[in-house]
Amino acid sequence: MFTTYLFYFLCILAIYAALMVLVSRKPIHSVLYLVLVFFAIAGHYILLNAQFLAVVHIIVYAGAIMVLFLFTVMLLNLNREETSPKAGWVKVSAIVAGGLLMLVMIGVFRGYEMAVTSNPALTQIGLVKNLGRILFDDYIIPFELSSVLFLTAMIGAVMLGKKEQIKKTYD
Amino acid sequence: MVIPILHYLTFCSVLFGIGVIGVLVKRNALVILMSIELMINSINLLLAAFSTYLNDPAGQIFVFFIMVVAAAEVAVGLAIIVLIFRTTHTIDIDVLNKLKW
Repeated sequence: MFTTYLFYFLCILAIYAALMVLVSRKPIHSVLYLVLVFFAIAGHYILLNAQFLAVVHIIVYAGAIMVLFLFTVMLLNLNREETSPKAGWVKVSAIVAGGLLMLVMIGVFRGYEMAVTSNPALTQIGLVKNLGRILFDDYIIPFELSSVLFLTAMIGAVMLGKKEQIKKTYD
Repeated sequence: MVIPILHYLTFCSVLFGIGVIGVLVKRNALVILMSIELMINSINLLLAAFSTYLNDPAGQIFVFFIMVVAAAEVAVGLAIIVLIFRTTHTIDIDVLNKLKW
C-alpha cells in the first residue's frame, strides 16, 4: 500500500518538475528542475527493484550529465531569459501537436492489460549480481563496442572544443 | 499489491509528450537538448518497467546501453553548442537558420 502511494507521489513530482522545465524562463532553473525529474525517475527504478539501474541513473544523469549542463550554462554565461519568445500561434500549435501525440499514445494504451509474471517487489533480475552476469555473458560485444563509442565521443568533444581552430565565419 | 502496467504506460506517455512539447516550443538549444533527455528517460523507465513485469533482464541491459549512448550524445551535443556560441554568440535556434533550406 505504501509503495502505491509512493508511486503516485513520484509520478506527480516528475510531471510537475518536467512541466517546470518548460515553464522556467532561465535555463539554470530548467537544469535544476530536470535534476528533480531524474531523482523522481530513480525512485521509480527503486520501486521496480532495479537497483543497479537506479544507482547508474543517479551517477550518470544527476552526477555527470546535469553537471555538464550546469557548467555549460555557467561558463558560457547563458543564463539569460528568452528575450523574444516565439510567436503565439507557433506556441499554441506546438502545444496542440504535442498534446495530441500524448492523447493518441494514452488512447492506444487504454485498456491494455498484461499477464504479470512476476511481482516487482520480489523479483531479483534488477540486482547487480544478476545483471552483471548477463552483461558480461551475453552482451559482452555491445559492452566493448560502447567503450569505443565513448572514446569516439570524447575525442569528438575535445576536437570540437579546441579554441584555436575556430574561424570567424559570423559576426 | 502490484501497480498495473497501464499506469506506467500513461505516466511515460505524459512525460514523453512533455518532452515533445519542449522541443517544439523552446528556442534555447540547451533547453531543447534537455527536453530530448526527458524523452529518453521516459522510454528508459518504460523499458525497465516491462523488463521487471515480464521477468526478462534484457530490457534493463538495454536501458544501460541507452544511458551510455545518451551520455555520449550529450557530451558531443554540448560541445557543438559551445562551439556555436563561440562563433555566433547566440544559441537561439531561430537565429541559427543558416542550414534551414
